[in-house]
Amino acid sequence: MADFEEIKASAKIPKIPKKRILTIVIIIAVAIFILTGLYTVNPEELGVIQRFGKYVVSTEPGLHFKIPFGVDKLTKVKVKEVFKEEFGFRTMRAGVKSQFSRRNFDVESVMLTGDLNIADVEWIIQYRIKDPVRYLFNVRNVEETIRDLTESVIREVVGDRSVDEVIVLNRKEIADEAEILLQKELNYYKAGVEVVTINLQNVNPPERVRPAFNEVNSAKQEKERIINQAWQKYNEIIPEARGKAKRTIEEAQGYAINRVNRANGDADRFMQMYNTYKNAKTVTRKRMYLETMQKILPNVEKVYIVDEEQKGLLPLLDLNDGGK
Amino acid sequence: MTEVSKMKYKTLIIVAVVALIIIFNALYVIDERQQVIITQFGDPVGGTINSAGLHLKIPFIQKVHFFEKRILEWDGDAKQIPTSDKRYIWLDTFSRWQINDPLKFYETTRFETAAHSRLDDIISGTTRDVISSHKLLEIVRNSNRQLTFTEEFETSDLGDVIKETIHFGRRSIADSIFVLSKPLIAEYGIELIDVRIKRLNYNEDVQSKVFDRMISERQKIATKFRSEGEGKSSEILGRMKKDLDQIESQAYETAQNIKGEADASAINIYANAYNRDPGFYEFLKTLETYELTIDKKNTLIMTTDSDYYKFLKSSK
Repeated sequence: MADFEEIKASAKIPKIPKKRILTIVIIIAVAIFILTGLYTVNPEELGVIQRFGKYVVSTEPGLHFKIPFGVDKLTKVKVKEVFKEEFGFRTMRAGVKSQFSRRNFDVESVMLTGDLNIADVEWIIQYRIKDPVRYLFNVRNVEETIRDLTESVIREVVGDRSVDEVIVLNRKEIADEAEILLQKELNYYKAGVEVVTINLQNVNPPERVRPAFNEVNSAKQEKERIINQAWQKYNEIIPEARGKAKRTIEEAQGYAINRVNRANGDADRFMQMYNTYKNAKTVTRKRMYLETMQKILPNVEKVYIVDEEQKGLLPLLDLNDGGK
Repeated sequence: MTEVSKMKYKTLIIVAVVALIIIFNALYVIDERQQVIITQFGDPVGGTINSAGLHLKIPFIQKVHFFEKRILEWDGDAKQIPTSDKRYIWLDTFSRWQINDPLKFYETTRFETAAHSRLDDIISGTTRDVISSHKLLEIVRNSNRQLTFTEEFETSDLGDVIKETIHFGRRSIADSIFVLSKPLIAEYGIELIDVRIKRLNYNEDVQSKVFDRMISERQKIATKFRSEGEGKSSEILGRMKKDLDQIESQAYETAQNIKGEADASAINIYANAYNRDPGFYEFLKTLETYELTIDKKNTLIMTTDSDYYKFLKSSK
């Protein structure tokens, strides 16, 4: 308003309408000055102000004022956002089920391992701008620098490991080591960038070798299968044999009990018979003989009686025919 | 207005415009990303100015030349180079550089493209020298870190590659390219910040051979697994046969033992009883045998002196 008063004082000579026009012009000019000088910084950003090219201040999120007409230059830097670079593949369309393109990125992903084998490593790096001033003024092409350095660092780490370590054993370790190394490099460049994480994605043997690696896996499975089959057979046969063995023994014990009991029984019977028999030996003997014959002979078809003093079978007494 | 005052007014405007032109020509802005040298009729004066902000110069007479102050990129082409152990590899390096003496840079190179071609020449040359005096393994590996392998690989033949000691390693080889290049490129007002190996690959022939070797290595491991499986299986089946034989024969032995004992005691029992009167036993047993063995299908032959016949005779 000081400007306004000054101009108003010096402009006494012209007529009233002229004065009014001037007032309006001045008001508009001031308005333009203020409006073009206002700027906002979003919550995820920092504003970097350069006055005549020289860095003066970084402004926090909110509404701010700068000198317009090219004196102060504003650059907004997204300091909260996490940026990502992909190696060996590119995300075509991110989503619930992201689509990737892997064509022709072999040159990034194929690398030599410490045992002079080859591995196909895909990875990503996430980073954040930590220091906007350094980020803007120290390195010209930060993205490319990060890409170059990351490739170099990953290969350095992979180059010190066996193909087995890279593919199977210590993926996490590789990523962690690369992360530390990369951060060191970026600090050396004063790039103002902080590595959030390096993550190995698909790590595979090279395309041509893959079937052979799979063969190892399937051979491993097959080994297990063959061994399991053998154990299965073992488990099928041996418990059954144990059971059978028990049966054999039990049967033998049964036989033994049977044998001894019968012997005892037979002996008891004999003893009892004998004890009675010994009192009337002859008559009992005869009776028993005859009783037996009585039992047997009716069942026999033919009975021949042979006289020892005569030779041959005849003459004979045919009891069967004679009976008729 | 009079003629004179009109003239005065015009002159005033002209003077003002001229003054403005002169002032604007005398002022120049240096960005944080830039550095500047001033030439006067082509001759450089006053050295490098790299403080950002508003600056003054003698208008029209002095000319401002702007140069990048930031670290700049350089990415080499992949080059095929033989290593000292005669392996052909593709090597891709990159570098970062900075114009640290703009005057020298202005005199010798002037533009970035020209600088890139200088870097190409120098770094390619030193890279070739350094790489071809080292073994492949030294370029691939970075330290003597102990490599570990999955257990299946460990038992297969690893070759000599693993046992070699690394004297330099990738990083120090890159460092020696850097150290050799740095003074050469300094001639052009350029400070080399870094030279690094980005990518390293076998050439197609070697790569194909490496693939073949990797395949045969894995096949070897696969074969080992399979035969291990077979071996273990045979072992188990053998053990099964042994266990089976043992179980069966032990059972037989035990069973026979039990039976034998029983038989023995039976014999004992019978003997004790029958010894009282062997004749009576014989008689009983004979009768019993008759009873059990003679039926309709038999023909009985008796001698005339058998008891039965005797009874018949006597009863005539």
